Amino acid sequence: MDSILELEGLKKRYGSIWALDGIDLKVGEGEVLGLLGPNGSGKTTMLKLIAGLARPTDGRILINGQKPGPVSKAHTAILPDVDHIYRWMTVRQAIDYVSSFYEDFDHDKARRLIELMNIETDMKVGHLSRGMSERFKLVLTMSRNAELILLDEPLGGIDPTSRDKIVYAIATEYRWEHSAMIIATHLVRDIESLFDKVIFLKSGQIALYGSADELREKYNESVEDIFKEVFA
Amino acid sequence: MYCQISTLIQYVAEIFKVGVIYIVTARSVFDESTPIYIQIMDMIKQRICAGQLSMGDKLPSVRDMAIELRVNPNTVQRAYQELEREEMVFTQRGMGTFVTKDKDKIDAVRQELASHLAQQFVDGMFGLGFAKEQIKYYVETYLENGHTTEPDGKERR
Repeated sequence: MDSILELEGLKKRYGSIWALDGIDLKVGEGEVLGLLGPNGSGKTTMLKLIAGLARPTDGRILINGQKPGPVSKAHTAILPDVDHIYRWMTVRQAIDYVSSFYEDFDHDKARRLIELMNIETDMKVGHLSRGMSERFKLVLTMSRNAELILLDEPLGGIDPTSRDKIVYAIATEYRWEHSAMIIATHLVRDIESLFDKVIFLKSGQIALYGSADELREKYNESVEDIFKEVFA
Repeated sequence: MYCQISTLIQYVAEIFKVGVIYIVTARSVFDESTPIYIQIMDMIKQRICAGQLSMGDKLPSVRDMAIELRVNPNTVQRAYQELEREEMVFTQRGMGTFVTKDKDKIDAVRQELASHLAQQFVDGMFGLGFAKEQIKYYVETYLENGHTTEPDGKERR
């Protein structure tokens, strides 16, 4: 299996704090990696570095053999944990706007996802509820046929009954082949069935890494329960 | 473990009946404390043994199964591979995965599942402090009065 993403000794320092302190990782084609860790463990930093939105202090990132830059950005889709869409646009305008930046934007996919998520396309982005706005951001990210998809807390702000819908949307619209996906979350239980590998971050370092099913076999527990144990 | 599987089976029954349909249920159907690939294997074995999947029937594609169960395709792939190793299914290149045509194999697995259930039940009863004769009595009473399953696997009310 070819690896889509390779991290080597990745480090990032903010002031005197090491947000990431030496991460080595390979993510192969078709893989869905759960990036788990409590607040402040370095999850968002790691995704930002991979997406090319911040520069590492030390270490190396390779996406399909290339360093983060214009080429890798064209093939990497990130769901950020902040609101990044102009609030005055309507949903439809925002889709046209975002899609104009990316060659890999798939309008059919966007239509299917908008329908699945029950998003009103005439609404202004600024008028969407918190949950709707989160769903809309996910639609924009998942609508790209990107090689690397990075989701930062896709279930944050989503009520428990709607979470399965989000997981379902990810499962149906992810291209499994020729892609890899990293999902950072602390709401582990709702989404853990999608992971084939998981990585636990603790103070910027890897505390545990492995195949989700093998960890379940070894610990006789769900990934969520292992998570609680590791970080207790 | 088998009690959770029964809900899983009802759920998956929908997939086998109507192919891939868009169902959005409330939650994952798995008990996440045991490997998911093993639960998928058990579910398929149980359906084969119960005759809901016949010899030579085609299983849903890895991708369809993965989407409906909200699991990773690699997990479904692993379940199919292990089932193939146990000779419960076979793969035809470019065609898909099919239920074995070996009736002896199915009977053997069916007996294995039955003795596993019996063992679980008896262990549970011993755990509650019942003796052999009392356990038999419970089984017989339940068979007389309760809902049960006939030897051919059909449910009787």
